[in-house]
Amino acid sequence: MNDADILDLTAAQAARAIGAGSLSARELFDAYLARAREDQLNCFSWLAEQAPTHAAPTSPLNGLPLAVKDLFCTEGVPSQSGSRILEGYRPPYTATAVSRLKGAGATLLGKTNQDEFAMGSSTENCAYGPVRNPWDRERVPGGSSGGSAAAVAAGLAPWALGTDTGGSIRQPAALCGIVGLKPTYGAVSRYGMIAFASSLDQAGPLTRDVTDAALMLRHMVGRDACDATSLEFPQELALPAAKRLDGIRLGVPEELTGEGIEAGVLESFQAALTLAQDLGAQVHPVKLPHAPHALSAYYVLAPAEASSNLARFDGVRYGMRAEDPRDLLAMYTRTRHDGFGAEVKRRIMLGTYALSSGYYDAYYGRAQRVRTKIAEDFKAAFAQVDLIVTPTAPTVAFRLGEKTADPWSMYLNDYCTVPMSLAGIPAISIPCGLSDGLPVGFQLAGPVFSENRLLDAAFALEQALGFDGSAARG
Amino acid sequence: MIDRAEVLHVARLARLQLSEEEVVAMAGELSAVLDHIAKIGELDLDSVSPTSHVVEVTGALRPDEPVACLPRDVALAQAPAVSGDGFLVPSPQA
Repeated sequence: MNDADILDLTAAQAARAIGAGSLSARELFDAYLARAREDQLNCFSWLAEQAPTHAAPTSPLNGLPLAVKDLFCTEGVPSQSGSRILEGYRPPYTATAVSRLKGAGATLLGKTNQDEFAMGSSTENCAYGPVRNPWDRERVPGGSSGGSAAAVAAGLAPWALGTDTGGSIRQPAALCGIVGLKPTYGAVSRYGMIAFASSLDQAGPLTRDVTDAALMLRHMVGRDACDATSLEFPQELALPAAKRLDGIRLGVPEELTGEGIEAGVLESFQAALTLAQDLGAQVHPVKLPHAPHALSAYYVLAPAEASSNLARFDGVRYGMRAEDPRDLLAMYTRTRHDGFGAEVKRRIMLGTYALSSGYYDAYYGRAQRVRTKIAEDFKAAFAQVDLIVTPTAPTVAFRLGEKTADPWSMYLNDYCTVPMSLAGIPAISIPCGLSDGLPVGFQLAGPVFSENRLLDAAFALEQALGFDGSAARG
Repeated sequence: MIDRAEVLHVARLARLQLSEEEVVAMAGELSAVLDHIAKIGELDLDSVSPTSHVVEVTGALRPDEPVACLPRDVALAQAPAVSGDGFLVPSPQA
């Protein structure tokens, strides 16, 4: 098979071709490694030197190369969560999500750049420079899993692993014209993920199509003794096959489909919704009255958890240490000053403030109550409809530097994705069209552990949409 | 509004040194973000219980059996400074 033919294959197709003997795992790996080495988008923080020398035994994933977001610990391989403070860190163990995929036959191709500690929506907050969007290099790929999303969209990796705390898989998937799935909270072990906000962080796939997302997810899920919040997935995860959406009730929340959403994005979203109706879906308006408050609650809860999680970076056990500190306290404060970037400092400050004496009830306590209301809103909506659909992000990919001066304008990127994160429910973004030549994402969300239904519906819609992402692969 | 003194107080709690420039920027940026967040103050939440965990977890406890942990040399291998069998840090009162 020549390289152009290899590049046309999805991950699932490549695994099948290897199984059938028309392609070797080595050929596939070498083709992607050669492309990744020529990367001009700054997707990767580390690349494998060569394909594994021993032939991989037949396995479900047949040696498929995998790009992994930097924040997943990978034994002996740099894992810095996009931060200077973890300079030189090579973890002594591998994250469960990665080791499960390796166990199913995946091979580590590279680690991908991200917003530092996953804090950002543009992958501009990366210690190793911003990642660029393959659809337009003057624009951001979204974030925080921007390196993973751009690598898959540009055909530098067949698929990639990311994490989503408030939209960090779905939003970059939308801005890069690929598929991104945030699983139910607890479906995938968080062990070995460098933590941002532990009650929200979830690992998930960034892939070229919905079938690949299902294929990756089925090899990630399950209870892990190393993560007490992980759960056994209640069913087998199937590869999606639905062709129609007959009888599926789609709920459109007015709070997330009106004000604040760019006209071109709404137009593309509405067109996909009409197509869903042609496939047999019923569309109903639903209410998520507290969704407009989700962002406020999130920007209390996530920074609060981050301020606690990031206390471990103190220059004692790993990473960098400030030079010649005069005493222990100076070592802590100077190491953190030198090692953290501006957005991480901002969130540590915000979180510390929200948890500090006198403010805890007004901020953290209230935000946890808003979170309850948001989960209740979804529960009430799912009594009326099967899935909820929204645009994934309020805008298409924006220009580098466009939103860095005003933190809240950057945070607004997560407006449509944060409510699902707070409720712990699964959601997927699929590309539904172009606006001004840039991809638009369509988000579907379902109740806890509804991944099979979600993937099936997303698959049926994907087939009908026929989105062509090949332009980004050059 | 968050003033300079409050920024310095929170930075001390967070064990974070800030440059003069950062202190000034932080006061403005945090105030702006907190203005947006303040909107949740308008909601009536008195009868609402706070979320502690979004998905019900039962039986998360495992048998309390000792297992091997990271070998000491492996745990120390990534440290900026070690002394014998421990992490080396400056004195608290230099």
